[in-house]
Amino acid sequence: MNAQAGVAVQAVGVGKVFTTRSGAVTALEDIDLTVAAGEFVSLIGPSGCGKSTLLRLVADLDSPSSGELTVFGTSARASREGQQYGIAFQQAGLLPWRTVRANIELPLELHGVGKRQRRARAEELLALVGLTDFAASFPHQLSGGMQQRVAIARSLAEQPSLLLMDEPFGALDEMTRERMQTELVRICAESGAAVLFVTHSIPEAVFLSDRVVVMSPRPGRISAVLDIGLPDGQARGESTREDAAFFANVTAVREALHGGSVADLRGVDVR
Amino acid sequence: MSGRLAGAGAGARKVLAPLVLGVLVLIGWQQLVTVTGIKPYLLPSPTAIWDQLVQIVPLVVSAALATGANVLVGLLLGAVLAIAAAIGAARTRWFDALMSPTAAALSVMPIVALAPALNTMFGTTSTTPRRLVVAVVVFAPVFVNTLRGLRQVQPVHRDLMRAYAATPAQVTRTVTIPGALPYVFTGLRIASSTGVIAAVVAEYFGGLQNGLGSRITSAAANSGYARAWAFVLGAIVLGLVFYLATLTAERVALARQGG
Repeated sequence: MNAQAGVAVQAVGVGKVFTTRSGAVTALEDIDLTVAAGEFVSLIGPSGCGKSTLLRLVADLDSPSSGELTVFGTSARASREGQQYGIAFQQAGLLPWRTVRANIELPLELHGVGKRQRRARAEELLALVGLTDFAASFPHQLSGGMQQRVAIARSLAEQPSLLLMDEPFGALDEMTRERMQTELVRICAESGAAVLFVTHSIPEAVFLSDRVVVMSPRPGRISAVLDIGLPDGQARGESTREDAAFFANVTAVREALHGGSVADLRGVDVR
Repeated sequence: MSGRLAGAGAGARKVLAPLVLGVLVLIGWQQLVTVTGIKPYLLPSPTAIWDQLVQIVPLVVSAALATGANVLVGLLLGAVLAIAAAIGAARTRWFDALMSPTAAALSVMPIVALAPALNTMFGTTSTTPRRLVVAVVVFAPVFVNTLRGLRQVQPVHRDLMRAYAATPAQVTRTVTIPGALPYVFTGLRIASSTGVIAAVVAEYFGGLQNGLGSRITSAAANSGYARAWAFVLGAIVLGLVFYLATLTAERVALARQGG
């Protein structure tokens, strides 16, 4: 929708300080980040590096303590209220008393989309995530992977130009996880949405992303940004995982993640 | 196959065991009364109670219906008020500060003791005092359980609704109330049994003579001891009916969400 705007997310000097009983905790410090429209960017880092916090700031589920954050040129709040993003969390977060179809229709229902249109859109999304046969099932009748697919379908319901995903595959087994990653790459390529994706899996970040943002903890900072030179969207598939380029990128991200020492070594040039 | 048979066996045992115990107690009771010659005003025999019951079945049924109507009206009134109050308390802090201590106070007050005062207030030919007693007794358990349910909203659902920029009314309708429903039914199940007790006991304090409680007191006052016990039996059945009805409602509500 806003693809012509060019920039999906822009953070300039963003910081977040949480006030707890034991004092102030700096979760994020001086974050500069730009996500272009249609770009897939992963945030990776150890626990406590503030990657989820950053995602929550973009989603306007929390507000930054300092700096400036814009989403499609407006404030994060205006963008949330204008429903410019879809969101998925580590927990599927489906409503247990609604069928799969009714869960996918939830955002449309809340925003006053008519019954017939809702139904039609839900059918499309069910087909997209391969759950057409489970439309009338309740979430507890589905496996974890299927529930997560429903959550992803729900996040796509309003054809958002930005997808925010907080470790959506974190609770899945490796097999399901890889299949879901392949599906996500395909879905994103089809929809042309920008994605901000939080993960702590290096291969996952590399496989999915155009760029990987590496973060370090206490306080949460961006320590490196890596361009992943893998083929775009549709061309990424199971064979990509066995590419030399894929492994080279995994190594690069791992080195960036393990921080100073490796980088210093490289700086010294040991060859 | 064998598993299903074993399951059926366990089910039969579950029903059979209390039945056998009940029959044994009845036989022991009958023996005690006939052998020791206990006076009927102390303890009538089960056969005497049964003889009475058979004679006055229509009377027991009409009395149970009269009391049952009081329970039903009181239960609905108390539950509706309690659910509305719980929704208010979940949404506004000052209302919670007002209601929660009130509900706690109500739950420890012997409400039935109010029956004579209410009889004077509304007149002795009115069913209103009894229904009010039931409503007040029902209020506390339904309020406390509903409020607990309303506060169970998962953080991920709260985030999701915020992400959707849902209005407070939409959040209440789509997330909070459906999530609280099982708790509401638990409250209703507890309230239904205490409601029946309250309705029967409230009749002990005079007023209309159409219900089970009034019939029990008047039968006992007129030396119709076996008759009094026959009405007590009616009260037990009435209590069971309300308990099973709310239990079924709870099961149905929970089955929908795989609880």
